Amino acid sequence: MQAQIIPMTPTSIRGFLRRRRFHFTRTRHCLLGLGVFALIGTQASAFTAYVSNEKSNTVSVIDTDKFTVVNTIKVGQRPRGIELTKDGKSVLVAVGDDDTIQVIDVRTHEIVATLPSGPDPELFTQDQTGKILYVANENDNTVTIIDLHRRVPLGEVQVGVEPEGMGLSPDGKILVATSETTNMAHFIDTETRRIVANVLVDARPRFAEFKRDGSEVWVSSEIGGTVSVIDPVKHEVKKKITFDIPGLRKEAIQAVGISITKDGKTGFVALGPANRIAVINAATHEVQKYLLVGQRVWHMAFTPDEKYLLTTNGVSNDVSIIDVANLKVTKTIQVGELPWGIAISQQ
Amino acid sequence: MIRLLLAGTFLFAWMSACASAAEINIGYLRRSDPKSTLSLVQTSAKDDGIAGARLAIDDNNTTGQFLNQQFSLEDVPLAGEGNASAATVALAERGISLVVADLPAGELLNAADAGSPRKVLFFNVGATDDRLREEDCRANVIHIAPTRSMLADALAQYLVWKQWRRWFLVVGSHAEDKLYGDALRRSAKRFGARIVQDKVFEDTGGARRTDSGVVQIQRQLPVFTQGAPAYDVLVAADESEVFASYLPYRTWDPRPVAGSAGLVPTSWDGSHDQWGAVQLQDRFMKQFSRRMTARDMQAWTAVRMIGESASRTGSTDPKAMLDFLKGPDFALAAFKGQRLTLRDWNLQLRQPILLSDGRMIVSVSPQEGFLHQVSELDTLGIDRPETQCRLK
Repeated sequence: MQAQIIPMTPTSIRGFLRRRRFHFTRTRHCLLGLGVFALIGTQASAFTAYVSNEKSNTVSVIDTDKFTVVNTIKVGQRPRGIELTKDGKSVLVAVGDDDTIQVIDVRTHEIVATLPSGPDPELFTQDQTGKILYVANENDNTVTIIDLHRRVPLGEVQVGVEPEGMGLSPDGKILVATSETTNMAHFIDTETRRIVANVLVDARPRFAEFKRDGSEVWVSSEIGGTVSVIDPVKHEVKKKITFDIPGLRKEAIQAVGISITKDGKTGFVALGPANRIAVINAATHEVQKYLLVGQRVWHMAFTPDEKYLLTTNGVSNDVSIIDVANLKVTKTIQVGELPWGIAISQQ
Repeated sequence: MIRLLLAGTFLFAWMSACASAAEINIGYLRRSDPKSTLSLVQTSAKDDGIAGARLAIDDNNTTGQFLNQQFSLEDVPLAGEGNASAATVALAERGISLVVADLPAGELLNAADAGSPRKVLFFNVGATDDRLREEDCRANVIHIAPTRSMLADALAQYLVWKQWRRWFLVVGSHAEDKLYGDALRRSAKRFGARIVQDKVFEDTGGARRTDSGVVQIQRQLPVFTQGAPAYDVLVAADESEVFASYLPYRTWDPRPVAGSAGLVPTSWDGSHDQWGAVQLQDRFMKQFSRRMTARDMQAWTAVRMIGESASRTGSTDPKAMLDFLKGPDFALAAFKGQRLTLRDWNLQLRQPILLSDGRMIVSVSPQEGFLHQVSELDTLGIDRPETQCRLK
């Protein structure tokens, strides 16, 4: 999935030039940064955000205290899905065009290993213990299961055409995989590795997210432009969230990334080329507000204290910072080209 | 006795479960006569079109395994005097009432009229004629192929956005070339381009490939395009493959070429890789060892529409499918960056149009800034207020 063609505007050219300058001064910063690391270690309160830049084949490292890019890590081709391991020691990034998942050491920012992810990995998820990784392989209609510690594949599950979204229930028993051309959420029993139910949703489902209490799983449909709220016990769509933004055509509203607060009260849905995040009352499933972010917003992640929500804006090459309590966009940070995924460290 | 009864109940349940595996058999009517092209690399494969349908059958069956639906395709190639209406009747008699048709306009109408009393629903994947969606529209024909006016509008929007407003139009001498020429003239007027010269390229016959090669062409084309008033772009309408591919780099004035050569508007191209299209392109390449053409994509889309309506409605009845496809709940994901829907007034599929230079996608129309009160996709082609179609 790539972004739309958008002519280079003066703003994006400025951003591009800024990034070039940044690139030249980076080497110096890195050396300086290493020195500081060696002397005082990491700051206690700062979290670190990692953003995969699909076009520039890099991961931007953002300090969430200062909200500045502190490093840019070169990775494989077409980085998209990105997550931290449960022990917080590594960042995993799916580099689809290299058919692997790379493991980045969070201390050294070096790539230390690769995982046998199967072809064209895009999104993946881990179990609570951090031992098992579930990967969607878009090109051959499978979900690959990997032992993260031994770095070996454990098996695979056949699903619909072009699997993408991967959501694991909080108890780890059910994996929801969405397939983009089959238009289904497949419920997979993680123990038997068999599909136990298939739920039809709107066109091109891209992301699945469980509430922390396991009571609901939300599935976004990009082309359908909706979010299906599914009862994971009955395997039924109990509510379909739709979006209506004055002045925007239906075609421009394309639901992608989803984040739900830990208390299960508020949901955030990225609306792609509508350039907005929808804020949803997760109890009533009503849209409360639309927040204007950058162009073609893909995915998002909370800081662990849930004070901030960071979104990746694919076409404007930046990350928006949302103040969660006040529901306001407070800052924009330039990152690499076509930012896609984001993960934030827990300490 | 109870055991026997139980066993009987089980057997019945098992049998009815098997029986309920819905079979959806789709006919594929096509002309198998070869069509010559000027460029050797554009010569169409023998399975051009139907390959896309076969891939979509596989995709539908991957979905169908979860829904107990099984899709299959029946290829009906018509050569020479092969009769499309007779083939339609033969299909209908065998219970096949969903037909993908890659036929010229006249034959498609004959087939549609033969199929109408037999409740056959057609998916037109080949004919771009506007009349099939206008004065000659039929209530049992869904059009996947874009019309000439949609293609011309997609090109015109880009040329106007580029400020190439002065066109030198060259139209071939065959009927379909003239229709495309008319569509381009309409688009020029609609989007504010000016045709500064309008010329016909007469087809005087002759082979498309010769041992003497390009020597004469190199001399003829500059002369043919000499003496035109100042223009920005040469727009060629040559569906018959007589001259357009000879134009790039040979015009008297150094000008870009668009239309039937150079920058070509099309529903699909083997180089399109945005919006997840790589996955479809890879699947196609793996199975057929060639790139996917516009005709392949149109057939893929038709069969996916059938799959989509079968999975959403749980029905295999053409009437139920048509109602679903016309309704507000239908949206097809087809790697074009937005949902595809049907124009309910003439059953034409709304779709973005790619502009390809043969190696890369240069742009995708509708262009930014061309607005519409219902859907920006309706800035391409003949819109509802202008339509002459009255569906019965």
